[in-house]
Amino acid sequence: MPPSPVPLFGRRSFLAGALGVSGGALAAEGPLQVPVWSREQGRGVASPGYGVPSSFERLARKPRTVPAFPGAASTSTPHQHLHGTITPNGLHFERHHGGVPAIDPGQHRLVVHGLVARPLILTMDDLVRFPSVSRLHFLECSGNTPAWQTTNPAWTVQDTHGLLSCAEWTGVELATLLDEVGVKPEASWLLAEGADAAAMTRSLPLSALDGAILAYAQNGEALRPEQGYPLRLFLPGLEGNLSIKWLRRIKLGDRPFQTREETSKYTDLMPDGTARQFTFTMEAKSVVTTPSGGHQLKEPGAYEISGLAWSGRGRITGVEVSVDGGASWRPAVLQEPVLSRCLTRFRLPWRWDGGPALIQSRATDETGYRQPTREALVAARGTNSIYHYNGVYGWQVAAGGSVRHVA
Amino acid sequence: MWRETVSRAAILAVCLIFAGPASADPLGPHRLGRPATPDAIAAWDIDVRPDGAGLPPGHGSVAEGRTVFAARCAACHGEAGQGGAADRLVGGQGTLASAKPVRTVGSFWPYATTLFDYVRRAMPFDAPQSLSDSEVYAVSAYLLHLNGIVPADAVLDAARLPAVAMPNRAGFVPDARPDMTTP
Ligand code: HEC
Repeated sequence: MPPSPVPLFGRRSFLAGALGVSGGALAAEGPLQVPVWSREQGRGVASPGYGVPSSFERLARKPRTVPAFPGAASTSTPHQHLHGTITPNGLHFERHHGGVPAIDPGQHRLVVHGLVARPLILTMDDLVRFPSVSRLHFLECSGNTPAWQTTNPAWTVQDTHGLLSCAEWTGVELATLLDEVGVKPEASWLLAEGADAAAMTRSLPLSALDGAILAYAQNGEALRPEQGYPLRLFLPGLEGNLSIKWLRRIKLGDRPFQTREETSKYTDLMPDGTARQFTFTMEAKSVVTTPSGGHQLKEPGAYEISGLAWSGRGRITGVEVSVDGGASWRPAVLQEPVLSRCLTRFRLPWRWDGGPALIQSRATDETGYRQPTREALVAARGTNSIYHYNGVYGWQVAAGGSVRHVA
Repeated sequence: MWRETVSRAAILAVCLIFAGPASADPLGPHRLGRPATPDAIAAWDIDVRPDGAGLPPGHGSVAEGRTVFAARCAACHGEAGQGGAADRLVGGQGTLASAKPVRTVGSFWPYATTLFDYVRRAMPFDAPQSLSDSEVYAVSAYLLHLNGIVPADAVLDAARLPAVAMPNRAGFVPDARPDMTTP
């Protein structure tokens, strides 16, 4: 069942509501009235103390399909309704393998041991006393965009690209902590482990830790429970699963530990039956978020095409947009500042003539890598690799203004 | 906080007296945290490597594993490790290069030690870390037997588990990306 089409602004938008202001409706609407909210006092301060969105906004994360086990599932960020690049904390995508633990920060501990000179047990109080950093980075699940085999025309960008979010992460650089324990020269890998019911574990070569943070805050407040409260590993530009949430232990070793999440899962099966392992980097990718699947354009005229671009290898240097299915491309404007391994908002003014239009975007990063077509990806990797799909993605605007994904 | 500072100073003093300053200082430059002794972290230090490092004492047979599986796993994974609501654990050998690959413990997993490590830390899903180490050896043996990898009379322990030859042991290759040529 395709979702009912939504207008471009909000779920209960002015366009759809009684105060419609679209060109055609304007004349019929009559002179402006002074609404009730201008003629009485609004509610007082601190109601509630921790503010929540307007009651006219109905945004929510949701799973693509109903999960058999809600603790081993994911929900996606509704990018079709968001603006700019920062994901509100309550809408950051989720991917858990053993549910969301309710951790008392006073009892949480981080153990750092193995091939180190000074194995340590640290409390959260200890950790916040170390020098800290704050950095803006995207986080993307490598299972984002399930387009290797089939796509569903009813999918919204939340379904197709919603395992992607962006936040300012604050914490201690992993390098600071590794100095504290004194990594032995023979160490070359580490194991990171969560305190959740999955005791999630991944191995990382020490060479892949550039910019790694032990994060305790997200967009200015303590991590949300779904994001690893009270402590997570954060690895900029790498597949989300590596950024172990609810981090309880780091063990230094001299080889990979070969956990289930780096053998059975998060490996990419090739047509010859071999599987690529330790495929960490999230390669350059982009998607148009407005207009996108499920949106409804009211009438021909002026619109802004807008979307998100990102690369795990550094900065985005350009995004091109096509409205004719790739026959011609125009450069979009990138919103400054363009940050490394961070979402970049791109925009392009567009006049919809009322006819069919196939809208696509493709990103290029500072290494010169350009987001590939689906055909190029499938030619190189077949259709069974599950992870790391970063192909060009398109939205078809139909003559009536409805927007759907087309393969 | 005050009490902790005192005890840290005491540890440091003891180390200085008995072991000399250079080798014994248990804290780093910021002097935060406390030493992680093997005893203190034993309950969390549960990872197992392919070479067997980390495997605990204990042992389990295929027959014992059949009982554990029926009682603790079959409800979700199916009677014989397939057909349940949760991941299929059995079969699929020879399918990896086909259009419909079936990835299971038997067809895909490169190391038997990973099975022990994962079941001990995360299964059964409704009561993780509730099996004894011998039960984990047993249920691992049973799953490997269902996949035709160990015989019906197999008994696994810390010495034998790392020696189990997994069919897809050579099936993994390094990341080959970037593998796209710009058009
Ligand atoms: C309540 C349901 C449930 C029970 C009981 C259960 N499991 Fe699981 N099992 C799951 C789920 C769900 C997953 C997938 C978790 C995830 O997505 O990370 C899983 C995953 C696994 C996997 C990994 C599969 C793969 O290919 O990666 C193995 C192995 C496994 N279970 C073994 C067991 C064993 C052995 C038992 C009994 C001791 C058991 N399970 C009991 C639900 C269950």
